[in-house]
Amino acid sequence: MSLTLDDVKRIAILARIEVSESEAQAYLAQLSSIFGLVEEMQAVDTRGIEPMAHAQDVVLRLREDAVSEADRRDAYQAVAPQVEAGLYLVPKVIE
Amino acid sequence: MMLNASLKDLSDMLAARKVSSVELTQTFLKRIDELNPSLNAFITVDTEKSLAQARAADERIAAGKAEQLTGIPFAQKDIFCARDWLSTCGSKMLANFSAPYDAHVIEQFNRAGAVNLGKTNMDEFAMGSSNETSFFGKVKNPWDVSRVPGGSSGGSAAAVAARLCPAATGTDTGGSIRQPAALVGITGLKPTYGTVSRYGMIAFASSLDQAGPMARSAEDCALMLNVMAGFDSRDSTSLEREKEDYTRDLNQPLKGLKIGLPREYFAEGLSADVARAVEAALAEYRKLGAETVEISLPNTRLSIPVYYVLAPAEASSNLARYDGVRYGYRAPEYGDLTDMYQKSRAQGFGAEVKRRIMIGTYVLSAGYYDAYYIQAQKLRRLIAQDFEAAFRQCDVIMGPTSPSTAFRLGEKSDDPVSMYLSDIYTIAVNLAGLPGMSVPCGLGDNGLPVGLQIVGNYFAEARMLNVAHQYQLATDWHTRMPEGI
Repeated sequence: MSLTLDDVKRIAILARIEVSESEAQAYLAQLSSIFGLVEEMQAVDTRGIEPMAHAQDVVLRLREDAVSEADRRDAYQAVAPQVEAGLYLVPKVIE
Repeated sequence: MMLNASLKDLSDMLAARKVSSVELTQTFLKRIDELNPSLNAFITVDTEKSLAQARAADERIAAGKAEQLTGIPFAQKDIFCARDWLSTCGSKMLANFSAPYDAHVIEQFNRAGAVNLGKTNMDEFAMGSSNETSFFGKVKNPWDVSRVPGGSSGGSAAAVAARLCPAATGTDTGGSIRQPAALVGITGLKPTYGTVSRYGMIAFASSLDQAGPMARSAEDCALMLNVMAGFDSRDSTSLEREKEDYTRDLNQPLKGLKIGLPREYFAEGLSADVARAVEAALAEYRKLGAETVEISLPNTRLSIPVYYVLAPAEASSNLARYDGVRYGYRAPEYGDLTDMYQKSRAQGFGAEVKRRIMIGTYVLSAGYYDAYYIQAQKLRRLIAQDFEAAFRQCDVIMGPTSPSTAFRLGEKSDDPVSMYLSDIYTIAVNLAGLPGMSVPCGLGDNGLPVGLQIVGNYFAEARMLNVAHQYQLATDWHTRMPEGI
């Protein structure tokens, strides 16, 4: 598989990372060499092998549907870039 | 004397009132003040906060309510959220993030009455093997300041090696405790996945991330793990197990211990000086009554490509949370909402983090998911099965932690692939979820430390600590310290 400059730009959009033309060129070279390393995987026949997502077979625990945390909204909003009246401010989403 | 005292000695000295926690904390703060400018091991030091905890510890000791680690100062990797402390994860993205809550690990140390001595430097979001990707600058290896301390827990490693703290915490996703421990000559343990809660530990690759102790001896690591380990309902992968005393087997003799030596770990790519030091350690183990058997971990080579698919995939998902809305960096100028995301992330993340997010995004995208992500997960099972088979033939596995001693700053930073290849001996352990340790076992050609890796079966930490402790009783490599420090 070889990566193209358009692939890199598409990945950047999916990842929500702005890249300039020259950065995209640099990523193309770096990502291509990393994928060169990754290509080794493709030679192995893995038919019939169950994918392993996790090291331990754990099942998600359920808890009582009850309030367990104190309200600390102010403390959590103190670290936000922009808040007003308890709300997070972002650019207008709907015109 | 205090600088080289073990945690047990410090605990005894505090109990006997030969030293107070305030004096101990001041001693180390003074050392940080003197030596940190040249090592850059700490991102944040807060004298007032540390001393307030030390005073509280002294009161607790006076009231007769001390636990073993009460009053002892520990450095905390800056990946752990600590309430009202800057918790940056080595990133510009979180450079101003004062955590509103404590990680479980921090809570556990606080409960034990330990003192937080400061937050240590690290590769940005723990992505790196050299501590060169931190927004807060490179960390230097105290053995040779022109060399890397390893990563990602390089700040913690350098701080312990230079005696800027008695011990520190680290986290290990692909070797980030063991490799820096090896490169600076200290002892580090990555526990079985699920042993230490990940709550409040800033996420990199959630199925691999695990916190553990970094200290000067196996005994110190055991005492720290006693505090760090335990079930926590806030981490969905925290294991519900009985509380263990990790010191319980330290003094067991090693007679009859079966050590497996994977032939793939002693093959091409291993530096001759590292091989010599590891062979000498194995000879010492045979003297202690252990026997060695050759084993094979045939899929070792594949662990690097598998890791560099799975870890970036998980990272791209975990780091999607940094959107400039609820916390973290927001670009000063932007147009619409998407532009705000794109600019904030482009400016807030460093080069290596962006590379990994891009790889992860790609391997999870439509059309590539099966070929990369699922294929990597299938190979992950084969790698785990290699270990399962190996542990039918031996009690522990040993080999080098890292293929070479500490490399030079800048030597690999422009070549991600060569940096990734240096993780060859550590990564498979994370993929399998097994516990792994690094123990100092000699000095290489250039006088730099070499680490011996010890891998155990699931939940074999107490046995591994015993295996490491007995070696440390018979040898003195773990007591060596960098000259001029």
